Amino acid sequence: MNSAGSIKFLYAAYTVTWLIHALYIGSLVRRYSRVRKQMKDLGKGK
Amino acid sequence: MRSFWSITLATLAKDIRLEWRSKDALNAMLFFSLLVVVIFVFSFDPLAEESRHIVGGLVWIAFLFASVVALNQTWARELRNQVLDGYRVSPAPGTALFVAKALGNFLLVSLLEALMAPLFVIFYNLRVLGPAWQLVPVALLGTWALVVNGTFFAAMSLRTRSRELMLPLLLFPVSIPAVIAMVAATTSILTGEDSAHFYIILLVTYDVVFTTACVGLFDTVLQAE
Amino acid sequence: MKKAFPILAVLTALFLAYTFYQAMFVAPTDALQGDVYRIIFYHVPSAWTAFLLFFINFVASVHYLADAKPSTQRAAKWIAIAVGIVGVIIPYIPQVRDWLQTIGMYPSSAATTALMIPALYFVVGKLFRGQDVDVLAVTCAEVGVVFCTIVLITGPIWARPVWGIWWAPGDIRLTSTLVLWLIYVSYLVLRRFSDSAQTQKLAAVLAVFGALDVPLVYFSIWFFRTQHPQPVIGGGGSMDLRMLHVLLLNWMAFLCFGFLVCWSRFRLEKLRREVEEAEALESLEEHGSPVVQSSAKVPLGGGSR
Repeated sequence: MNSAGSIKFLYAAYTVTWLIHALYIGSLVRRYSRVRKQMKDLGKGK
Repeated sequence: MRSFWSITLATLAKDIRLEWRSKDALNAMLFFSLLVVVIFVFSFDPLAEESRHIVGGLVWIAFLFASVVALNQTWARELRNQVLDGYRVSPAPGTALFVAKALGNFLLVSLLEALMAPLFVIFYNLRVLGPAWQLVPVALLGTWALVVNGTFFAAMSLRTRSRELMLPLLLFPVSIPAVIAMVAATTSILTGEDSAHFYIILLVTYDVVFTTACVGLFDTVLQAE
Repeated sequence: MKKAFPILAVLTALFLAYTFYQAMFVAPTDALQGDVYRIIFYHVPSAWTAFLLFFINFVASVHYLADAKPSTQRAAKWIAIAVGIVGVIIPYIPQVRDWLQTIGMYPSSAATTALMIPALYFVVGKLFRGQDVDVLAVTCAEVGVVFCTIVLITGPIWARPVWGIWWAPGDIRLTSTLVLWLIYVSYLVLRRFSDSAQTQKLAAVLAVFGALDVPLVYFSIWFFRTQHPQPVIGGGGSMDLRMLHVLLLNWMAFLCFGFLVCWSRFRLEKLRREVEEAEALESLEEHGSPVVQSSAKVPLGGGSR
């Protein structure tokens, strides 16, 4: 349990957490833009 | 209006007759079970001292795979002949169909297990150190646990894409407590090191809870197709 | 997007930054584990959030199934009330009170938790009518899986430096969480792979099965562990009050964050469904009978609501 080496696990954990949240929010943004595009296409009457 | 059980047994008898006539599928499943055992024997050294500790797990994994193959087969026929649609409009309760299917699957999977178990005993030179008779309730309860949920999820998967893949995908997570119990109970009995009582009670609980849930919710699934 | 959303987003970001600062610098260093233990401030709140979301999914699924018919709707309401009443009484029975003490819970906490169940059931029923209850279900399942994934990754990252192992099969909490994750991933796969009109009903049934399964998983691992003692990852026992304070703060922050993510996902799903309906109607007009040749275009609601 040497604290010098183990601190990197702390950084890894926090980084991974926000990475996963970022990836998910990114996927939401992508899906939103797809839906908006579909709405625009509908509005124009394909 | 015929009684619930007479409908169930009639459906079951029909399924068994059909399965017996088309022995191809049955033979293929038997051969598949044999292959699974052989693969395990080559992968996990049967001569090792600790083999008795892991055989419980191996046996049930083999049974699990054989069950999935069997379960996928039995609904496929119904779908091909549009029997499900006939069932939906008939006055027969959906639960009768479910119980018949589950019983049929139970018999089929038990048959496969009856083939595989002796093979494991032979290849792994198994000697049961604990109370061997307890293996019977464990096998029956464990098989029913897999089959009752398997039949239900197979019905749920019928209208999904990649139907054969959906079944194990849905079945495995929900079966985990039963698998833990089956494997631990079998290992306890084989090694004689612990008591299998708690696991048998757990299996009984699991079977009661999920049989009730399946029977209660099957009509919802049937009507949903 | 509503005007409120950006403001709430900024506030939540600030809150999260504050709780991060608290977690990293204000909470005292643990005597045994050093600074690595601070993972707990992300690991545990994520777990509690995930469980809450999965529980809301379960409630929404029951609503979806029960509300199909008035008789089952009434029955479900009464069962919810009964659960609440039983849940308030049981913790005060002496044997149960003693057992609660062994896991460090006061009977009042257990009773309050039990009351949350019917409360949640009725709140969900009031706020989310008709199809919305299913949108809520899929939203909570998806966001719950995201938080649950974080729990399952930060858990082993924490375990490795402290206990020397990535995973202990007898670790009841982490293993139960894994099974819960598997059940909900299969739920999402079912939703993705099922095209039939009744996907929602099937998914709701699966959620009920999952809920029945979880206590059984817990007990099976619990007994396995009593036979084969394993290290308990995440530690048991009480916590320094200052640490507890930071933990709760972080949980509040993650709840706010989770709420905003759910809100986004909810609106996305509603939009998506409206577009799907409009597209279906449009293709009917193009290829279908002359009867549907209406001049009235489908009003595309939801744009800037």
